[in-house]
Amino acid sequence: MKLLVWITAAILFMLTVAMLFTAGWERPPIDSEQTGFRGTGMVEVSNPRIAAPELERQLAAVPTSTAPPPPGGPTAGDIYQNVQLLGHLSVGEFNHLKQAWTDWIAPEQGCAYCHNLANMASDEVYTKVVSRRMLEMNWAVNEDWNTHVGDTGVTCYTCHRGQNVPANAWYASDPSEHTGSGMLGWTAGQNRPAEEVGLTSLPWDPFSALISDGDEPIRVVGRTVLPEGQPIGSTQDNERTFALMIHMSSALNVNCTYCHNTRNFGTWNQSPPQRVTAWFGLEMTRLLNVEYILPLSPILPDHRLGPMGTGQQVNCQTCHVGVPQPLGGLVMTENYPSLLARPDADRFSLRQEDVNIFASVQPVEQVEEDPEDEEEEDALLEF
Amino acid sequence: MAENWNIFTKAQAHGPIDYGVPLPSGNDQRIGKPFHFKWLGWIGDAQVGPFYLGGYGVASIITGFVAIQIMGLNMWASVDWSPIEFVRQLPWLALEPPGPEWGLSLPPLNEGGWWILAGFFLTVSILLWWVRMYRRARQLGLGTHVAWAFMAAIWLYLVLGFIRPVLMGSWAEAVPFGIFPHLDWTTAFSIRYGNLFYNPFHMLSIVFLFGSVLLFAMHGGTVMATSRFGSEREIEQAIDLGTGYERSGLFWRWTMGFCANTESIHRWAWWFAVLTCITGGIGILLSGTVVENWYLWGIQHGLVPPYPDTGVVDPTTLLTPGGGQ
Repeated sequence: MKLLVWITAAILFMLTVAMLFTAGWERPPIDSEQTGFRGTGMVEVSNPRIAAPELERQLAAVPTSTAPPPPGGPTAGDIYQNVQLLGHLSVGEFNHLKQAWTDWIAPEQGCAYCHNLANMASDEVYTKVVSRRMLEMNWAVNEDWNTHVGDTGVTCYTCHRGQNVPANAWYASDPSEHTGSGMLGWTAGQNRPAEEVGLTSLPWDPFSALISDGDEPIRVVGRTVLPEGQPIGSTQDNERTFALMIHMSSALNVNCTYCHNTRNFGTWNQSPPQRVTAWFGLEMTRLLNVEYILPLSPILPDHRLGPMGTGQQVNCQTCHVGVPQPLGGLVMTENYPSLLARPDADRFSLRQEDVNIFASVQPVEQVEEDPEDEEEEDALLEF
Repeated sequence: MAENWNIFTKAQAHGPIDYGVPLPSGNDQRIGKPFHFKWLGWIGDAQVGPFYLGGYGVASIITGFVAIQIMGLNMWASVDWSPIEFVRQLPWLALEPPGPEWGLSLPPLNEGGWWILAGFFLTVSILLWWVRMYRRARQLGLGTHVAWAFMAAIWLYLVLGFIRPVLMGSWAEAVPFGIFPHLDWTTAFSIRYGNLFYNPFHMLSIVFLFGSVLLFAMHGGTVMATSRFGSEREIEQAIDLGTGYERSGLFWRWTMGFCANTESIHRWAWWFAVLTCITGGIGILLSGTVVENWYLWGIQHGLVPPYPDTGVVDPTTLLTPGGGQ
């Protein structure tokens, strides 16, 4: 009898210890802050012991930046050859920005990461061509997606964090990987503890379909009282959206209730305003992947390609890195105003500083990206 | 009276082995030499065996074994036959139903066909086990209450894996066989149909489930509390009320004005347990087939309490038609 009790106690103790070291557990303190109507469970749960030091760690890694040199003097376009996008900057501004790029993206390799040092104007290094498109993407985010990035804006560093390729990026998965081995083991692309979807058993690549060129709808919750017409979305579609939402939750380190009143995930007029920001974020991410990142795949070397022959794409985690607002809302564009908008004076002045989508019913024109406009604009910029 | 506060049964009766009543002709023989096992005696009857399998039992075990093999080998294959990964990832692994593109047709084995096969063998196994339970009860001259309670659980299982998918026209609607996967499926299902908490049959199912727990605690507590007066001998007490049951009846009349009796408490418990599955099955069956969004249904029928509007607007309504999704 005594022995049995001891054995049971020992097993329980070992299981408890094992559980403490299993992923996904946090020890207290846990703060909860009410964010919505009383008694509805609209609270934001966070762990100050983990969240604050993590943000501090990320901020401490930000390279120091200096104020930009005064404008004026000869332009980069006059002095250097083959400057396609930044020719309007003064040489001082141009080199100031280039130095930042080096700190942000290739602190170890320096200029040579993108340039043939013997001929800086040459486009022979693929990374130079990529970086040109990435600059256009940066402009697109800051100029067209004020609805998501607000006045904080983004720089290369928001994603790159001092690395050639952002640490948190994803490859489109190969559906033939889902077949297991031989005649057994089909997984339907789910059922493994995948980091991207918060260690759930949900589909590990909801991104290809939902925020890339898959063009599948994210909305799967029934919108009518009774079934009408064709059902919207299968159980699998539903699990895929669920996976994307879990990804958002873990990428921002927030609860479901950060964006939803969870008594009904679909209803907008019960949701916190962050949901609108997040909605624009998803639209933005899809557009960035489709228009800026995927088209670069053909020029990437093999070791930068995933199983589907495409390069790494972005998701929420790429910029957010586990923080609700990337780098806690640090405005890095301050010293690099040339990243804020395309070098087109008219469009620059049109920046909607005061777009407040939460209160206004003002149509948000930026979202309707017309690919033709985009092309025309790019053509104009290549002077 | 510390002996009444033990987790384990303290006194074990050690008599001669009980071989049970003779079986009717045509029945297989019971197998195995019965023996006493002290540890089991702490939590139940110390006698183990003899066993009775019979034709239905053997068929049920074989088909059940096939079903579990199909599931387990598929799970193992999905981690490239690594024994370590199989154990490590077991809670995540699953055998998935076919994709929606297959509807109710038969997909290739490695795209959901195995799921259909496993589901078939598991269902056959469960139904055979049910027949066995029913027949064993009849052979012993018992009522068939246990078999019908089991049938309530089978109803819920069949709704989830067969009846609802057929009504929805797609095997993809069914539940995967897996630990976390079936839980994630459940959450996804609830969100998809606008929150099952607003489904009245889900409400009933929860009432009966939690009610079963409450009744079990009340009944178990009552009998143990009065076992010093011999009330664990329920059958005798039902016929000839002893002081244990008189006291427990008095206790409940004092505390809540009403008491069940020795027989009716079990009727209560049986119906609560059975209705948990029956109402739960109805709730699942209606989701997607008859009701699309239980929250909106609840609003329509005055079930959902209104909260203040947060003023947030669906951004797609701010765009021109065709914008957004």
